Amino acid sequence: MANWIPHWLHRLSSPPTFYRFAGKVRPWCFWLAVVTALVGLYGGLVMAPPDYQQGDVFRIIYIHVPSAWMSLFIYATMAVAAFIALVWRIKLAEVVIVQSAPLGAAFTFITLVTGSIWGEPTWGTWWTWGARLTSELVLLFLYLGVIGLYHAFEDRRQGARAAGFLAIIGAINLPIVHYSVQWWNTLHQGTTVRLFGPSTIDPRMLWPLLVMALATHLYWAASLLGRMRTDLVDLEGGKQWVRELPQVKGRASQ
Amino acid sequence: MSLQSFLAMGGYAGYVWSAYAVFFVVLLIDYLAPVVRHRQLLRQLRARLARQQARQARRPTADPKPQTD
Repeated sequence: MANWIPHWLHRLSSPPTFYRFAGKVRPWCFWLAVVTALVGLYGGLVMAPPDYQQGDVFRIIYIHVPSAWMSLFIYATMAVAAFIALVWRIKLAEVVIVQSAPLGAAFTFITLVTGSIWGEPTWGTWWTWGARLTSELVLLFLYLGVIGLYHAFEDRRQGARAAGFLAIIGAINLPIVHYSVQWWNTLHQGTTVRLFGPSTIDPRMLWPLLVMALATHLYWAASLLGRMRTDLVDLEGGKQWVRELPQVKGRASQ
Repeated sequence: MSLQSFLAMGGYAGYVWSAYAVFFVVLLIDYLAPVVRHRQLLRQLRARLARQQARQARRPTADPKPQTD
């Protein structure tokens, strides 16, 4: 391991330490996600005014857009973890790749289905082969490819590295998804929420969207930490620290 | 605003609520699947440890090295 990596980070990347850490942090992330989602949903479904063109169907935005952001964000974290796993061979980074993929696929699936449900009343069609929709569908296939490639190997660490390689190559799709509404003329609307510069959306509609984005990020943390804990127990089942977990040792000797 | 008009979603109830249902059902499955798997793994490990202890009780001289299948 490179010596510029802080000591605590090095310690945290050891499976037993990470297992305990994740077990403590996960419930906080989960319940904070539930509370922020309740606030965001109240703001989005009750307080925000109906859209002047779309009426109340625009309220699908509060799950569609945060899910779409998550589908890209999770892929980016997966690709970064893949880079770390391939360069430094850190086992925990391999676990991040493998456990990010199903979570990212879930958010991509939600994005596609809710977008389709939104498209029918507003565009008059469930699906078009526009740039945004097609590239998001490719993103789903990339996630499924990462999952499939991992399971195609007998040796799980080898599988994780192969999956990581695909994750890095597939990252080329991220800017394509993001800029698809600018590069191509699509039915899908352009960007109205910007990190830099003014957003072209009513503030009463905007704040619940940002709160929902926070909620989905918190949920991502909770879900990923939980998934990684489970995977660590699976991968390290024969090791001493797993055998000494109270749920294993405490009850087996009874 | 009445509950009824809230649920009606300006005539788009079917679209809005089915989209929200997809969101919550998919995330619920995502959350529960690893929890179920975790319990299953811990149960298997307990059983394996109990078997090893039983084996050692029968043959105290046997190699106590943990098995890694």
